[in-house]
Amino acid sequence: MRLFTRTSTRWGAAVAAALLIAACAPGDDGGDDDATEAPAAGDVQTDASQLGDITLTVWDQEVREGQTEQIEALNAAFEEAYPNITIERVSRSTDDLRTTLRLALSGEDAPDVVQANNGRPEMGQYVASGLLTPLDPYAEAYGWFDRFPESVRALASYSDDGATYGEGELYGLPQMGEIVGLYYNKTKLDALGLEPPATTEDFEAALTAAQAAGEIPIQFGNSEPWAGIHEFGFVQNQFSDAETIRNLGFGRPGSSWTSEDNLAAAEATVSWVDSGYFVDGFNGITYDSAWQSFSQGNGVFFVGGTWLIADLASAMGEEVGFVLPPAGASGQNLVTGGISIPWAIPANSDAQDAAAAYIDFITNSDAMTAVTEAGNVPVIEADQQTTEGLQAEVFAAWAQAGSEDLIVPYLDYATETFYDTITAAVQNLMGAEATPQQFLDTLEAEYTAATGS
Amino acid sequence: MTPVQQMATPAATVRTPSGRRGRPGEPRRVAYLYILPAVAVFGLFILYPLIRTAQFSLYEWDGLGASSWVGLANYQAVFSEPQLRGAFVHALVLIVFYAVVPVTLGLLLAATMSRALLRGLGFFRVVLFLPQVIPMVVVAIAWRQIYEPEGPLNDLLRFVGLDSLARPWLGDYAWALPSVGIVGTWVGTGLCLVLFLAGMARIPRELYEAARLDGAGPLREFVAITLPSVRGELAVALTLTVIAALKTFDLVYVMTSGGPGTETTVPSYQVYNNAFLLGRVGTATALAIVLTAVVFVVTVVINRIGERGQR
Repeated sequence: MRLFTRTSTRWGAAVAAALLIAACAPGDDGGDDDATEAPAAGDVQTDASQLGDITLTVWDQEVREGQTEQIEALNAAFEEAYPNITIERVSRSTDDLRTTLRLALSGEDAPDVVQANNGRPEMGQYVASGLLTPLDPYAEAYGWFDRFPESVRALASYSDDGATYGEGELYGLPQMGEIVGLYYNKTKLDALGLEPPATTEDFEAALTAAQAAGEIPIQFGNSEPWAGIHEFGFVQNQFSDAETIRNLGFGRPGSSWTSEDNLAAAEATVSWVDSGYFVDGFNGITYDSAWQSFSQGNGVFFVGGTWLIADLASAMGEEVGFVLPPAGASGQNLVTGGISIPWAIPANSDAQDAAAAYIDFITNSDAMTAVTEAGNVPVIEADQQTTEGLQAEVFAAWAQAGSEDLIVPYLDYATETFYDTITAAVQNLMGAEATPQQFLDTLEAEYTAATGS
Repeated sequence: MTPVQQMATPAATVRTPSGRRGRPGEPRRVAYLYILPAVAVFGLFILYPLIRTAQFSLYEWDGLGASSWVGLANYQAVFSEPQLRGAFVHALVLIVFYAVVPVTLGLLLAATMSRALLRGLGFFRVVLFLPQVIPMVVVAIAWRQIYEPEGPLNDLLRFVGLDSLARPWLGDYAWALPSVGIVGTWVGTGLCLVLFLAGMARIPRELYEAARLDGAGPLREFVAITLPSVRGELAVALTLTVIAALKTFDLVYVMTSGGPGTETTVPSYQVYNNAFLLGRVGTATALAIVLTAVVFVVTVVINRIGERGQR
C-alpha cells in the first residue's frame, strides 16, 4: 500500500513535470525573433569573396534529368569563383522537400537557400510566419528589378503578412520558366493528316480523328492527383478568360467558380472523358508511366509541363512537338504556368549575404545559358539562346506566352488547402463521381471562404 | 502519511534479523535506479511526445507561426468532417482484409498443414511467410504495377477471356479500397499461418486420437480441440493484424495517395496530410490521439477476450 502511494506520487510528479515542459503553446518558442531586420541596400555585401569562410547549405528539388546536371555545374562554377564558400547541397524530390521544409524553416539551424513553391500553401504560409527574408534590398543591390520583369517577380511576391499574393516584397527568384502545354506525336498527327491544333475546334476534331484511327487521343495519368490540376487547367484555359482564371488562381476576390464559362469547361472535361478521349483507366495510371507511355508511341497528345522537355526529347527525338493550348472562347492561347520553384532565403539563415550572392549567380546570364544547355527553359533571356528541335518549339511557345501575356497561374495557388481540394475534386469529376455543378460548388465554397467574396 | 514516517521505515528494517535487505520481495529504493534508464527512454521518446501531441490537439496551429487555443474543436472536426470520418470508415473496411481474412485463412491453412504430413512443409511455410520480410514500400510498388490498367492482373483477366472484369484497379471508385486491402491480406496471411502452426504443434496428438475414438470428424476436431488450443495465438494474431489495419500508411501513400477522390484515405494518411501538407497540425494531432485511443481500446478488448478463454 505504502509503495503504491509513493510511486503514484512520483508518477504524478513526473507527469506534472512533463506538463510543465509542455506548457508553452505550440509555435511560441519564447522570444520570437521574426523581426529579423532586413538589411538596407547599402549594407549588402555583394562581393561574396569578402565574406570569409562560409558553408552554404542549399536545399533544392532539381532531381529530374537535365536539372541535376545544370545545378551541379552551376554549384561547381560558384565554388570556383568564390573558393571561400563551400556549398552543401541537399536535394530531394518536390514532395519530400515540401514536407521537410516546414520543419527546417522554423528551426534555429535553417538552411541558407531553399526552393519554396511560390503558391499560398507554401511560400504564402512561410511569409505569413516570418520565415523567409524579403529580397528587396538584395534586388536593389544586384539589379534584380531590371533583370526580372514585373510579371515574373509578381509570382514570388507577397505582402509581408502573406495575405496578398502578387504584389509587395520579393521573396524568391526562379531559374526557369514553366508552362503546361500540349505535347503531340508528330508521326501520328502526320498520319492523321492534321496540323497541330490552333483552336479548340481543331483540337476536338483531332481527338475524334485520332479515336477513329484507333489511337489513344490523350495520354494521361492521374494516380498522383496533381496532374489533374494541369489537365483541368488545360481545358479551363480554352473556356474561361485570363482575368477569371487569374483571380481564381491567385485567390483574389472578383470571380466565381460557378460562372457559365467554368461550367462549360467542367462539362467539356466530362464529355471528353465520356467520349473516351483520355486513355482508359487514367485515374489508376501514375504521371511517370503516362509520359513514358506517350514517349513509347501510346497517345497522340499529352498535356505536360516544360519540365519534361529533356526526358521526352531524349526518348522521342524528332517525333515530339509542343504547342500552346488551343485558343478557345477567349481567342487566346492561354497557358497555365509561370516560374519554376523559386529560390528563397530563410529568415533563420546565418549566411544571408552569401545566400543572395548564390541566388544572383544561378540566375545571371551565364546561368540562363547553362539552363538552356541542360535542356530547360530559362525564365529570362530565352530569345538570346540558340536551340533546336523540341526545345526550339518550346522556346517559341514561351516567347509567345510572354509577349502576348498568356500565362495564367496554377489553380492550386489559390488558398492554403486548395491543392487538396482541387486534386480530389478533379479526380471525382473525371471519375464521374461528381457532376460538373457539384465539382464547381466544391471549389467555389473554398474560394469564397478564403476571399470573403 | 508524512515524509518522516516514510523515511523511518527503511531505518527500522535495518535491525530486523534479515539485515539491511528487508523482507524478501520488499522493493528497495535502489530498484528505481535500475529502471531509471528504461523510464528515461520511455518518458523522452513516448510519454513526452504523447503529451505534446495531446497538447497540440487543443490548438489551431499551422506548424509555423503562432497558435490559438481552440479547446476540443479539433476533435469535433475529426468526428464531423466527412473526409476525416471517412478515413476511419476505410480503416474499418481494411480490418476485414488485414485481420479477419488472414486469420481465417491462416487457421484453415494451418489446420490442414498440421493434420497432413506434408512433404516440404518448411518450404511452404517460408514461401507464405516471405511477404512479411519484404519492406512494405517495395510491396506497394510491386502491387501498384500489378494493378496498373495495362498491368499483369488485367493481362491475365483478358487472357482468360474475362475482359469485362479488367479495370484500373487503383483508380476505380468501387475497387480501389479492396485492392489495397487484398495486398494487406497477402502480407498478413503468412504471419497468421506461422503463429497458428506453432500453436498447433503444441497440441498433444492423444487429444485428436481420443476425439477420433469418440467418433469426431475433422470439423468437430477443429472446433473442439484445435480452435480452443490456439486461442492465445488467435489473440496475438488479431492484435497484430488489427493494429496493422488501423495504422496502415505506406500502402496507401505509395499506391493511391488516398485517391481516387478520397476513396482510400486512412487515419494515418490524413495525419500526415494534415500535419505536413495542409498545415493543420491541430487537426492532425487530434486525429492521431483518436487513432491511438482506438488502437488501445481494440488491443485491450481483444486481449481480454483471449485471456478469458484461457481460464
